[in-house]
Amino acid sequence: MTALTDDTLPVTPRAMRDEMIVFALMALLLAAVPFTGIYPFFVMQALCFALLACAFNLLIGYGGLLSFGHAMFLGTAGYCSAHALKVWGLPPELGIVVGVAAAFLLSIVTGFISIRRQGIYFSMITLALSQLLYFIYLQAPFTHGEDGIQGIPQGHLFGVFDLSKPTVLYYVVLVGFLAGFLLIYRIINSPFGEVLKSIRENEQRAISLGYRTDQYKFLAFVLSGTLAGFAGSLKVFVAQNASLTDVHWSMSGEVVLMTLVGGLGTIFGPVVGAFVIIAMQQYLASFGQWVTVIQGGIFVICVLTFRRGVIGEIAHYLRRSL
Amino acid sequence: MQALYAQLLVGLINGSFYALLSLGLAVIFGMLNIINFAHGALYMMGAFVAYFLLNLGGINYWWALLIAPIIVGIFGMILERTMLQWLTGLDHLYGLLLTFGIALIVQGVFQNYFGSSGLPYAIPDQLKGGMNLGFMFLPVYRGWVVIFSLVVCLATWFLIEKTRLGAYLRAATENPTLVRAFGINVPRMITLTYGLGVGLAALAGVLSAPINQVRPLMGADLIIVVFAVVVIGGMGSIMGSIITGFALGVIEGLTKYFYPEASNTVVFVLMVLVLLVKPTGLTGRAA
Repeated sequence: MTALTDDTLPVTPRAMRDEMIVFALMALLLAAVPFTGIYPFFVMQALCFALLACAFNLLIGYGGLLSFGHAMFLGTAGYCSAHALKVWGLPPELGIVVGVAAAFLLSIVTGFISIRRQGIYFSMITLALSQLLYFIYLQAPFTHGEDGIQGIPQGHLFGVFDLSKPTVLYYVVLVGFLAGFLLIYRIINSPFGEVLKSIRENEQRAISLGYRTDQYKFLAFVLSGTLAGFAGSLKVFVAQNASLTDVHWSMSGEVVLMTLVGGLGTIFGPVVGAFVIIAMQQYLASFGQWVTVIQGGIFVICVLTFRRGVIGEIAHYLRRSL
Repeated sequence: MQALYAQLLVGLINGSFYALLSLGLAVIFGMLNIINFAHGALYMMGAFVAYFLLNLGGINYWWALLIAPIIVGIFGMILERTMLQWLTGLDHLYGLLLTFGIALIVQGVFQNYFGSSGLPYAIPDQLKGGMNLGFMFLPVYRGWVVIFSLVVCLATWFLIEKTRLGAYLRAATENPTLVRAFGINVPRMITLTYGLGVGLAALAGVLSAPINQVRPLMGADLIIVVFAVVVIGGMGSIMGSIITGFALGVIEGLTKYFYPEASNTVVFVLMVLVLLVKPTGLTGRAA
């Protein structure tokens, strides 16, 4: 198997320092958004997708596993959080816990099934599993089918922060995103992450070194699915609804596209990719179906000429790890 | 009992499409090492080409059965020459991503011009009506689809497993470099193989046009079911793809009769069960 990314640069203190500087810059920029007059709803939405793409990237960029069903975690967590908030009347923090727990359980079950096959089969299996869930949610009464769960109360986080105020909600979403991002960064640079990278590069060798690679891949899958669920739960507060769009295969495709545009296996790539794709959808909304055509075109161009993605190209040019 | 037989027939028809599509996927995967995500979109193109031929050119169903697969096959070969061939040597995942992009483009363009609703395509005069088999009423067109698909599947199996051309093809799948050394133009064979696989998808599209109407997204959900079929059957054997395709169609039909709520999901559930029991798929070679 040829390497998916050309990130062969060793993890050095300098690389870590560079990455922390970029992270600090990103956090500062994002924290300044409410003062710039940029529509916060757009940025919040992009942040949720950025977290989703980062979780997805943990699996493909570091584990070499292309999941074509990550929408199932986004949608499942979204539906469960929405149901907990609206029907059970739980406070926001518990609503998030319910959604993340649901995604955690789902990723254990789906991971157990899909990890049994490698490469291309893994992608087809995750896609088929998410389609299975799509049909279940289409028929299940609690999701309200085509209508989705609407008008979800935002409530007060920890009884203090009023999430119906856009600025408060923005900072809550931002903190959630940054926490998830740091967790993923920590995972990538942990001994576990190093083993994962070695499996991506050469699974046979990792096995011969005594690593039980299936367990590592399974754990990566569960971590990725659970974090994707966290993104789904956050998104419920932003969009105030949970619908079938979030479990549809086209959503899984969008996540792949975001990560591909930003750079597979780069740390900041998925964030950049998410902002690019969400902005594109925002500005091209009036073109209807042409948006799909353009997305398809970006896929084709990226795969043929631009496999490193935006951040991957910059990192390659600067010979830095980003 | 009438309803049971009717659902069985529907199952056999869906099975024909699964068989034709998974057969094409398996042939393409064997030569190109690519899972052709665009397969569903090309199936849809087959139906649309038949629709255009009839409504713009006055060319009837029978000619469409021949011409539509050729046109879509040529389109596929252009795709292979201009894009897919550049992926040789890269990770398999890029092939999936590229063909997914192609599928989005093709489906998006058709959706833009034809919306999401279906266009009618009339059953040809010679296949209208039905016959009474004693135990059930068989619409002639539906019977025709099943038998014709079966013949095409078996012909493809014969071509690949029993002819000299097929032997070259199988040899090139195993070891392209060696086959090239014998003076056989492997890149051209790869292009033709892609054309063949895509042509089979387009043929399925023409067959389904009078039954399912012609819709831009008719292949989008179908391809995911076909992926599950491929996971269940494995892509190692041509006959395996054919049998699994038909069998799963029939099981789906039976589910529609006995427990309709699960008819959309039964193939996926079976995939899960097969993965739990025999992770390599039924015709089992490790990937």
